[in-house]
Amino acid sequence: MTAKSTAARGSTPTLPTHRPGADRGTTPAAGRIGDSVLRPDGVPKVTGDFAYSSDLWMDDMLWGATLRSPHPRARIRSVNIGPALALAGVTAVLTHEDVPGAKTYGLEIADQPVLAIDQVRYAGEAVAIVAADHPETARRAVALIEVDYEVLEPISDMRAAMTEASPLVHEEPTQDEYPGGGNILRKLRIQRGDVTAIADVTVTGEYEVGMQDQAFLGPESGLAVPTEDGGVDLFIATQWLHVDQRQVASALGLPPEKVRLSLAGVGGAFGAREDVSMQIHACLLALHTGRPVKMVYSREESFYGHVHRHPALMRFEHGATYDGKLVFIKADIVLDGGAYASSSPAVVSNAASFAVGPYECDNVQLDGYVLYTNNPPCGAMRGFGAVQVCFGHESQMDKLAIALGIDPVELRIRNAMREGSLMPTGQVIEGAAPVEQILRLVRDAPLPPDADLNDVDVRLMPGGVANTTHGEGVKRGIGYAVGFKNVGFSEGFDDYSTARVRLQLVGGEVSATVHTAAAEVGQGLVTVMAQIARSELGVDQVINHPADTTVGSAGSTSASRQTYCTGGAVKLACEAVREKVLAMAARKLGVPVDGAALDRGDVVDAEGRPLAALAAVLGDDVIEETREFHHRPTVPLTRVAGANGAIGQGDAHLQFAFAAHRVVADVDVDLGLVRLVEVTTAQDVGKALNPLSVVGQIQGGTTQGIGLALMEEIQLRDGLIRNPSFTDYLIPTILDTPPMQVHVLELGDPLAPYGLRGVGEPPTISSTPAVVSALRAASGRPLTRVPVQPEHITGT
Amino acid sequence: MRITFEVNGTTQSADDVWPGESLLYVLRERLGLPGTKNACEQGECGSCSIYLDGTLVCACLVAAPQAHGREVRTVESFAGADGLDPVQQAFIDCGAVQCGFCTPGLILATDDLLARNPQPADAEIREALAGNLCRCTGYEKILDAVRLASARRVAGGDEPS
Repeated sequence: MTAKSTAARGSTPTLPTHRPGADRGTTPAAGRIGDSVLRPDGVPKVTGDFAYSSDLWMDDMLWGATLRSPHPRARIRSVNIGPALALAGVTAVLTHEDVPGAKTYGLEIADQPVLAIDQVRYAGEAVAIVAADHPETARRAVALIEVDYEVLEPISDMRAAMTEASPLVHEEPTQDEYPGGGNILRKLRIQRGDVTAIADVTVTGEYEVGMQDQAFLGPESGLAVPTEDGGVDLFIATQWLHVDQRQVASALGLPPEKVRLSLAGVGGAFGAREDVSMQIHACLLALHTGRPVKMVYSREESFYGHVHRHPALMRFEHGATYDGKLVFIKADIVLDGGAYASSSPAVVSNAASFAVGPYECDNVQLDGYVLYTNNPPCGAMRGFGAVQVCFGHESQMDKLAIALGIDPVELRIRNAMREGSLMPTGQVIEGAAPVEQILRLVRDAPLPPDADLNDVDVRLMPGGVANTTHGEGVKRGIGYAVGFKNVGFSEGFDDYSTARVRLQLVGGEVSATVHTAAAEVGQGLVTVMAQIARSELGVDQVINHPADTTVGSAGSTSASRQTYCTGGAVKLACEAVREKVLAMAARKLGVPVDGAALDRGDVVDAEGRPLAALAAVLGDDVIEETREFHHRPTVPLTRVAGANGAIGQGDAHLQFAFAAHRVVADVDVDLGLVRLVEVTTAQDVGKALNPLSVVGQIQGGTTQGIGLALMEEIQLRDGLIRNPSFTDYLIPTILDTPPMQVHVLELGDPLAPYGLRGVGEPPTISSTPAVVSALRAASGRPLTRVPVQPEHITGT
Repeated sequence: MRITFEVNGTTQSADDVWPGESLLYVLRERLGLPGTKNACEQGECGSCSIYLDGTLVCACLVAAPQAHGREVRTVESFAGADGLDPVQQAFIDCGAVQCGFCTPGLILATDDLLARNPQPADAEIREALAGNLCRCTGYEKILDAVRLASARRVAGGDEPS
């Protein structure tokens, strides 16, 4: 049976019926910086009108589908597309031979084939793509493509991959930027001081982190539309329009201006949309067929279609004095990068940079390695390298506290980083570093009451309504952790954003339009950009222009950087517009410019008294200014030993953000089941531009860390994913997630726009070790691997 | 095959439906109602929750021909001429919407809960919404939204639908 799609929707539109951005519109709710302004896209999101990338639709569109390798490592002897092409309803079947431009792509290193060429390096690698008139037809055509594989033994074990005897994942060097040798994609050492210094007490530990998935809910999807000039319009859910544009244009062999990207609605990202997924494939099919092509991954395909959080094997050695001062720290961190580079070089740099945690220690030696293997590629996920090492260093601090007989929070406070402290890289911590303060906040917060064992509600017990205990075997544990990471891109990257702001009368009312290419992925940047424009220009009406590539790059929605960088760009553009408005007021109406500002629709003097109505100043004139915000430069870490043998040194990072967690858990130590009773977070955000959104980020980020601690792992066997579904890859439900207290500090970073500090990632970093610490306290087990399994708790 | 059923109070037909299509696919791709979301298409995430003859179901698990002759209600029916439903407004007001992909399913699940239990305790809210995954919020503000919607519906004398 061949599926036939006869669309039942209206007349032929020239654009998708759900035009991205068309429903994002104006933001009527007045609100400035510091207000808990409601989302401008809230109404369409609750009514179902918001157009996500998987909702797009055009008459005459085709559906794309992808053939993926079932083998983690194999040579391709031949590909026969004939049977697929012969299927009724199939319009195109493409292989690497049909890629007109660059055959490989990548964020930093172009080592990943658009479509496999003569071999595959991970299970799930794209081999061929199909366009057909119905998604089922496309899937059947994919199944008809005949690939003759010579299956090879996969390189799937990190330790084995590091040995000289290991075969190579990439037989030719993929780059010369980071000469690692063998399967090592990048290795680096950060060393300062003397790690042979004598300590009173030494603790060592080995820790392991499983492969976590971002598990955003909106699947990879988009619509590619061929245009008359031989180019293509791509409506896409992504984190960075311009880096997609660069890679798509390169593969298509087109100049970037012929590849126009518009942001479609994004159903979450968390790092998984930094790399290209179906972007190039949909555009290839659209250009080949001359028709719009929609691609939507299924949940299973989504697990194969994006990079994951790096699994880690880590060894730490901590030396301290009897009174609990850290003397030295050594760490070996090995990350599994999988088959292709993605952002692995930056992830391993972060992992080494933050391996000590937010503590002072003068003698450090931190070695980071990231490997090529035949496992699924790993790259960006919220926390970006800091998550893995935080589990290591916080486990070590707990272990050290026990060895020294010192309270674990007190031990952390004795070593806490503060303003002026040195990073292992020698970088001075500038601005607030309230490690001690956030630890005290979570420690001193009121504790939840003990479980009432005389009146047990099984819903509040480990196991819940499975009714596995009425309190027998249940022990309560309390755990703490603190962590930090960098905000913005590091190591010399020119990390900038662009904003265009227009001021004009619309229907008699002064209206500001903010145009950036920044990806709103759910975090609330659209709200914050409008708040900035209202604050800077004194207007109520702000329109967010849909994000697209007709304005300069905004950089990536990652590294907790968009409010800092794109917020900074909007601020600069608004200031430029304001300067012109004031000059116009002086010219047209003779209003004195000195000390003048814009407020509540007026030009006002230094005391806030109205001098002229903004509408009268503007008249029919339109003021538009575009500005780039470049954050202050950073430098690559040194690769050659300097004075005293120090290496891996330099001011590589822009800003640091800190969070601490306390977790209270009830643990059934007989069955290994866990119920979190409460999580308390304290975090410095510098300045909360939108307090409601800030708390939402902290709660959501904390929950992803809970998931890594308790349940989330892509389970691999010989390079194969065993659980590519939400049936088997578990993320926290509302039953798994406890009440959360959040303490938000606003200590102000004088170097950042409005004093803000990036918010999104810190809560994901320290929540994982805090959960495990609570489980250790309850169970007495060492628990050196996350996610913790019931058998780790029971020891069976 | 041709399938005819009532959607949000209007009788609709879809022609040339392949019998393997889900109700979710027909709603989204044939009837122009993409508000019902496609996050997992295997009944695990609740994003495609709809009412089928008044019962809350995952549209991805309903074969399209099973809907023939029946009544379907989707998120698109919740806002009326007089504005948003109290559940929808509460989700916005509490900050319970971030990326929003889970939101339509949660609107349906919350409406279903409040129809059965107008003033649910927290433990009852958690049980009722345990089939709806959210990856952004950590659920705290979703709990806030359900509590607020409950209070507003009770205060407003809104009859359970």
